[in-house]
Amino acid sequence: MALNRDFVGRTYPPSAPYEVSRVKIKEFAAAIGDNNPLYRDKDAAQAAGYRDVIAPPTFPIVFSLQSGGEALVDPDLGLNFAMVVHGEQRFEYVRPVCAGDRLVMTATITDIRTAGRNELLTVRSDVATVEGEPVCVTYNTIVERGGAG
Amino acid sequence: MTATVKYDEVEVGQEIPAADYHVRRLNLVMYAGASGDFNQIHWNERFAKMVGLPDVIAHGMYTMAQAGRFVTDWVGDPGAVVDFGVRFSSMVVVPDDDQGATITVSGVVEEKLDDKRVVVGLIAKSGDAQVLSKARAVVQLS
Repeated sequence: MALNRDFVGRTYPPSAPYEVSRVKIKEFAAAIGDNNPLYRDKDAAQAAGYRDVIAPPTFPIVFSLQSGGEALVDPDLGLNFAMVVHGEQRFEYVRPVCAGDRLVMTATITDIRTAGRNELLTVRSDVATVEGEPVCVTYNTIVERGGAG
Repeated sequence: MTATVKYDEVEVGQEIPAADYHVRRLNLVMYAGASGDFNQIHWNERFAKMVGLPDVIAHGMYTMAQAGRFVTDWVGDPGAVVDFGVRFSSMVVVPDDDQGATITVSGVVEEKLDDKRVVVGLIAKSGDAQVLSKARAVVQLS
């Protein structure tokens, strides 16, 4: 079933703040097998000019869909989750995510399109600190296989 | 911190030597926990086959993370990455054995931009399959 195009342009309420912890960054770095000391050693991170340990570039995937997630399960959208795969991912960084950050995500559905027999949906998430400092923007494109068939 | 790679010493067409990253079932279990993505196709062989996959497959974001590691290891400072995007073009099948799968990442400097930034084009392969396409990072050099 085709996805409901009325959802394009919808913006969702900001998420509750996500507090970035050293422990979570270390766990994520271990999971991807990256031994960079800036991800686990506060002294090394501070020597490099950061306030605290920083996170790997793909870390924002952990929290980026905390706003807007409800859109994907809205029956009016018509998304069959069993057929969903991750199609594309992009991050634009203002600065690295840093331990101690309290981040708020605001999601917008920017695009729904057909590609062959598939339906593609892109969610943009603007990530900023609770103080209002922009940190990064994420673009998550999911593919509903056979959705346009 | 600043990048250890200098803009003036980089040329368009310059290749960044390939690196191999190994992925075993254990890595996917760890990644599921760390990322919060518990989709069963990434750890449950029975479920993966039931939905038509050849075997358990790696999270796309696990592969993207290896490409990211390739870039940050090259540039020296993870904070030098200003833009990073990929398309997931094929799956990384991870068998339940001691070898698992291997993701090979290589890169080339595609373009020099203003403000000492460069575009790095990335290629990620697992076996014969190109597992990422349109993979590129913009990095701030020194």
